[in-house]
Amino acid sequence: MATLNVLILVCLGYVVLLFSVAFAADRVAARGGGKWLRSPLIYTLSLSIYCTAWTFYGAVGNAARSGLEFVTIYLGPTLVMVSWWWGLRKLVRIGRSQRVTSIADLISSRYGKSNTLAVCVTILAVLGGTPYIALQLQSITLSFSIFAEADPTGLYREGSSVFWVAAGLAVFAILFGTRNLDANERHHGVVTAIALESVVKLFALLAVGIFVVWGVAGGLGPMLDQIDASEIGQWHVDAGRWTTFIFLSAAAFVCLPRMFQVMVVENDDESHLRTAAWAFPLYLLLMSLFVVPIAVVGLDLLPEGSNPDLFVLTVPLSQGNDWLAMLSFIGGFSSATSMVIVTAMALSTMVSNHLVMPIWLNTQEGTASVSGDVRTIVLMARRVSIAVIMALGYFYYRLSGGGAALASIGLVAFAGISQILPALVGGLFWRGATRTGALVGLSVGFFLWIYTLLLPGMEGGIIPASVIEHGPFGWGWLRPQALFGIEGIDPMVHTVMWSLSLNTIAFCVASMLSFPSPLERLQGAQFVNVFDHSVSARGWTGSVAQSEDLMIMTQRILGTIPAQEFFQAEAERQNGRPGRLPEPTPQFLERLERELSGSVGAATAHAMIGQIVGGASVSVEDLLAVADESAQMLEYSSQLEAKSAELSRTARQLREANAKLTQVSMQKDAFLSQVSHELRTPMTSIRAFSEIMRDTEGLSAEEQTRYAAIIHDEALRLTRLLDDLLDLSVLESGQVSLNMGEATLSDVLNRAVSSALAGSDRKIGVRRVRASERIPLHTDLDRLGQVFINLISNAQKYCDAVEPVLTISAHDVGGQVVIDFIDNGDGIPPEAQSLVFEKFARVGPDKAGGAGLGLAICREIMQRLGGEVTYLPGQGGAAFRVSLPLAYRQAAQ
Amino acid sequence: MSSAGDGKDRPSPVRPSLFLERQSYRRRRLADAARLLPFLGAAMLALPLLWPDDSEGAEPLTLSAAMFYIFACWGALILISVVFGIAARRLAARENADPEAETWQR
Repeated sequence: MATLNVLILVCLGYVVLLFSVAFAADRVAARGGGKWLRSPLIYTLSLSIYCTAWTFYGAVGNAARSGLEFVTIYLGPTLVMVSWWWGLRKLVRIGRSQRVTSIADLISSRYGKSNTLAVCVTILAVLGGTPYIALQLQSITLSFSIFAEADPTGLYREGSSVFWVAAGLAVFAILFGTRNLDANERHHGVVTAIALESVVKLFALLAVGIFVVWGVAGGLGPMLDQIDASEIGQWHVDAGRWTTFIFLSAAAFVCLPRMFQVMVVENDDESHLRTAAWAFPLYLLLMSLFVVPIAVVGLDLLPEGSNPDLFVLTVPLSQGNDWLAMLSFIGGFSSATSMVIVTAMALSTMVSNHLVMPIWLNTQEGTASVSGDVRTIVLMARRVSIAVIMALGYFYYRLSGGGAALASIGLVAFAGISQILPALVGGLFWRGATRTGALVGLSVGFFLWIYTLLLPGMEGGIIPASVIEHGPFGWGWLRPQALFGIEGIDPMVHTVMWSLSLNTIAFCVASMLSFPSPLERLQGAQFVNVFDHSVSARGWTGSVAQSEDLMIMTQRILGTIPAQEFFQAEAERQNGRPGRLPEPTPQFLERLERELSGSVGAATAHAMIGQIVGGASVSVEDLLAVADESAQMLEYSSQLEAKSAELSRTARQLREANAKLTQVSMQKDAFLSQVSHELRTPMTSIRAFSEIMRDTEGLSAEEQTRYAAIIHDEALRLTRLLDDLLDLSVLESGQVSLNMGEATLSDVLNRAVSSALAGSDRKIGVRRVRASERIPLHTDLDRLGQVFINLISNAQKYCDAVEPVLTISAHDVGGQVVIDFIDNGDGIPPEAQSLVFEKFARVGPDKAGGAGLGLAICREIMQRLGGEVTYLPGQGGAAFRVSLPLAYRQAAQ
Repeated sequence: MSSAGDGKDRPSPVRPSLFLERQSYRRRRLADAARLLPFLGAAMLALPLLWPDDSEGAEPLTLSAAMFYIFACWGALILISVVFGIAARRLAARENADPEAETWQR
């Protein structure tokens, strides 16, 4: 009755049913209805794609071979679900806040959006998925073969049927998984179809179980007796395998791309986890409840040597219950198809987002976002990758010979995909985890998995038998199934133990030794502390974005009408005026990116908008670059400031120099006019008297003598003036050479007083404190004497007291020799005090005929000698103070 | 006038009532329980490793007994999760009603 043709018809009918359910669900969801589509129940049921054909058929086979060991595959996920508060909650929150499209996206996002890492995870997932798909092929083929045996027409050939099953599943997955472009949006249709398949497979297995217990064994009690009496009726598990498999299935439950897809990407509401935390373990419990009874009854009823993996089918068949067998077949078919659809969706998303799109974007540098139809590229990439993945599964099936037990193939896939676990868990809980660590850990685990499990598992002889037995190059400690010479471990336990432990060690060590990039550190903080800040890391600044370009690009990706609707809605939201293009505000760009990332993946969408917006996305790296730039600008401007300060200083100096020059020039003019005036007075009288002597006849000898004397006096005065001028110019130019000598102050004063007072008609009393004058001097004595003479003769000339007295006193003040010359006259009026040291400055009428250069010369001399001469106001009369540094005295000692 | 207004406002800064304190205390203990649950489960599921099996000469446990134990553990884990889920939802609902309180999601 159950011919192959009927079977194929039933399959096709079932597929059509699934399609219509998916289509209807999508329609309902699009109309905004169908609250039940987003219920925790659908979420929980969609999680049950964990139960593949492997579970459906293989669990019974596993139970028939090794008792309760099969249950480990369910206990691991149960523990993970029960501990949702620890891990899954965080994973889901991160997946939602970071808009993650796949597990590769998550890992790459966590480690600084590294595409290298995404590529590694993708390759690992494809390679890990390959045996798994081979498993589905095998299970469907085997179930077909069972019906073929019972089919009298007997047109069944295994080789071609595997191919057709693979091709059929590929077409099915392409039709189902790439019906629409969105990978990030919730696929209500697919999820609902999967939920339906979950119900079907649970129902089928329960039906077979109930039939076996109550229909064949005759009730619960007899069933238990039969279990205990069977060949697997005693408790026996291998401790290593028991714990390893629980751990492995827990790890794979989190890491499998398809599980990640339904658990994180398709998650609608975090609170669904709360329900799934108990509902999914319950589902698993129900799925495994009748496994042992079916196995026991199968072992009992069926002839020796029949494949225990197919007891679910063969037991009802052997009892003549064809309809139940058909239901069971549909259950297995459901398991296989749902797994293949979701795996294909997840893997093709990963492949197109992390392998194809980056390459394509690179080849289209610059114009990628606005030229070429991205939609077709992405869809083609997805379809081709699905086909390639299915082909890989097919070839793995051919290579491995299709003979291995189902369960072990599933475990091979589990072990492969679990290599992601250290990077994933480390990324979620350890901020110190780095990209380098993740890469190294993944590579180590990946290599060990291939070397110790995948390649030795292929019977085609990719690894020669000699290598398996004696190790490569005869190195026994590198034998693939006995690393480091430790033999006798179960191959699965061996691989899981070595690969995951070395993976973890490599991950931790490389993480600790390397230093993360700023983006990595930021993402790390966002992942680890996701509950503190669930905000997206990046933001756009759209000031330079071209709305029109964005529109063109969006049309290419989303299609014309959805893109226009999206932009219209956005324009309306912005200014309440639909019909115009919206401003590229950061919020709009972020929404647009989210919309696009649903189609082409977050990284690609980000890159595309980045190309149009002109890299105006504000990432940490950009911020750092900006900070660097502004630091440079700050430095530059401070340099500029310094330069401008220097310039203004120079300008000030120049101004001062200019003012000085002007002043000096004016002084020079004044000086010249004064000099010429001074020279002119004596010259006038010399000329006048010499003219008188020449022109006047009969001058008496007395008169002649008198006139000649006047001429002589004036000539003398001229000479003196010229001498003074010469002296002053020599002193001022600094060309004077000092004739250093040693004497006491007393000697110098004695000589000065006597020479000043000699030949003078005006007497002035000089009072001296001789005791204080015993100071030895080391200086130019003649010049010093000249200063003293000048001061004394000034006093003599200008002191207007009735009995003029000059007091000379010497002190030692603050390390200086100070000699004061104070007379008892009226002194110099205050307004003239500042002028007395200027050239040609004269106080009062020119009684003595001085040129007014004396004090100027004195000042110059004292400067040369390292001292100074100043006017001392408030001493009763004119008072001058000469000070000399004591150093001269000390040098003399 | 304004100072009088300030004086009135002053007592209002958030000081959780005794009731809220107790509630958040309950919530934390509940989270602790949720964290401990997987360890309890792992311990229960590791226990079968200590049972005698047929290799040791002792009388091995029958498969049906082992099944009972494992499925009982499983069921217990599920039941505890159900209770925890319900409690968590109830607390979350209560806190949603009170905007001052920390959100349950934290």
